[in-house]
Amino acid sequence: MVFTVVSPDRGMEPSSTRPLARRPPSREHGAMSSTSPAISVHDLHKRYGGFTAVDGVSFEIAHGETFALLGPNGAGKSTTVEILEGYRDRSGGEVTVLGVDPRRATLEWKARLGIVLQQTGESGNVTVREQLAHFASLYPQPRDVAEVIAAVGLEEKAGTRIKALSGGQRRRVDVALGIIGRPEVLFLDEPTTGFDPEARRQFWELIRSLSREGTTIVLTTHYLDEAAQLSDRAAVIAGGRLIDMGAVNELGPADARIPIVRWRSATGRHEERTEEPAALVSRLTAEFGELAELEVIRPSLEDVYLGLVEAAEAREEAAA
Amino acid sequence: MTARDLAALPAGAPPARRFGPGRTLRLGLARIAYETRLYFRAGDTVFFTFLFPVVLLSIFSVAFGSLGEVGAGPDGTGGISQAAYYLPGMIAAGILLSGVQNLGVDIAMERGDGTLKRLAGTPLPVLSYFIGKLGQVFVTSLAQVALLLLLAQLAFGVDLPTDPASWFTFAWVYLVGIVTAAVLGIAISRLPRSGKSATAVIIPPLIVLQFISGVFLSFTMLPGWLQAIASVFPLKWIAQGMRAALLPESFAVAEPGGEWNLPLVAIVLGIWLVAGLVVCKVTFRWIRKDT
Repeated sequence: MVFTVVSPDRGMEPSSTRPLARRPPSREHGAMSSTSPAISVHDLHKRYGGFTAVDGVSFEIAHGETFALLGPNGAGKSTTVEILEGYRDRSGGEVTVLGVDPRRATLEWKARLGIVLQQTGESGNVTVREQLAHFASLYPQPRDVAEVIAAVGLEEKAGTRIKALSGGQRRRVDVALGIIGRPEVLFLDEPTTGFDPEARRQFWELIRSLSREGTTIVLTTHYLDEAAQLSDRAAVIAGGRLIDMGAVNELGPADARIPIVRWRSATGRHEERTEEPAALVSRLTAEFGELAELEVIRPSLEDVYLGLVEAAEAREEAAA
Repeated sequence: MTARDLAALPAGAPPARRFGPGRTLRLGLARIAYETRLYFRAGDTVFFTFLFPVVLLSIFSVAFGSLGEVGAGPDGTGGISQAAYYLPGMIAAGILLSGVQNLGVDIAMERGDGTLKRLAGTPLPVLSYFIGKLGQVFVTSLAQVALLLLLAQLAFGVDLPTDPASWFTFAWVYLVGIVTAAVLGIAISRLPRSGKSATAVIIPPLIVLQFISGVFLSFTMLPGWLQAIASVFPLKWIAQGMRAALLPESFAVAEPGGEWNLPLVAIVLGIWLVAGLVVCKVTFRWIRKDT
């Protein structure tokens, strides 16, 4: 079981040729050119009755870019992606995917997309190979079935009916079906749910190889390490709003990654952010001796992300 | 595989030309092969739609065999065996099951389990999907009818008609019946609210329909008002057409009005076929948006 791809590891380094805009670029209507983005979302709204699921989200994704959508459950990630895929209608705003409004989807347009949905539960009375061969026949320029089966590491299960596969293996069939049509834009909605850590790493390699070929990839995920590993940029969505966007290792307010020193003294608990925590600790120790409950915290990506989401939720409550 | 292999054709090469009707037909044929394979792999559909009429014909033939011949004249001639008497009804029931029940349940479950949502994201034309379903119904139903005719003739000694006129009637009633049943199956697949409820919503009304349409019970045994209700639905007419094709001419007197009334069979089935097509065209969506 291998996602074998022979290539150097791009790792976490963002490509220097791609824009790393911290905010949605300003949009000028009618200024479409040959360098138009693969995906453009402007002031997207989606309401269900009185509930607003997506509330004014804007972003652009360049051709060949890997873009992650992060956010808690119910934040509006999947709704946004399903509007891009043409599965849902929007209540307001403008959307184009490969220059086409998903509301006016054509078969020719669908042939250029690959979609890995969040959950599937088909009866699975076909083998992996039969299913991929059938779906390959639907596309004008499909990938080779055996190669795709190998790329998702299911060679040994190629003749097995899908219903007899484990959850993680079925998920890999989903991914294989998403890429069999050689898509220009690949949507991955929480693709690695149910993968073991090894399978996840192999999946990352596959996604990197697709990205190197120039596939534009839109990834929604709960796993911040996955977003950090794969994406050029990420957007954080909470409460239907886009609360931050940028390279994954630059998300959050400017001071979000400055280490925190915490300790307790006779006067109570103290907390100080500093780029030089060791210097602060030695100064404090020189002054007060041994410090009670001393902690030096270097905020992880997860801390930064949780801080962003909590701040957004607090703002939401204050506004309500 | 290597990244080079995956890259053999660059991502983003646009389709050479717009998709045409030839592609729709080609994919439809590919769907027929795929759908038929899936049909015979699902054990429950094979039993409840494919073999069920075969099982019932066997039971009726054996259980009522001791009652002797049906429809014999006062002089004891002109009668037919129980198997011969039930054969047209079982073929009609098979048409209903293979078309309406099979597709109604199948498509509702495909909507519930995400199959249709996945197909919606591919460049498969809806028409190709329909061709696949119709073809699957046609292939499996033909096999079912052949099995019923063979069983009747070989196991129960039923004398099948020998004149071309009877087989012509059989052919057109079968064709119009199976296409109508398949189209109505697609149309009613919207009714169940979930894949899980599909069998519960679709199968019981069809069982009732079989009882009131002259499949299990002789149609003229039913009270007039029940005959009137059954006459609205297509199964009664398919069964009547099949009796016209397979029973001796002398049995026409047992029909309402004392005749086979084939023109009306054609008219009623034609109306249901057109109505079913309109409902499919208007209501079929890959997915329920915004649910």
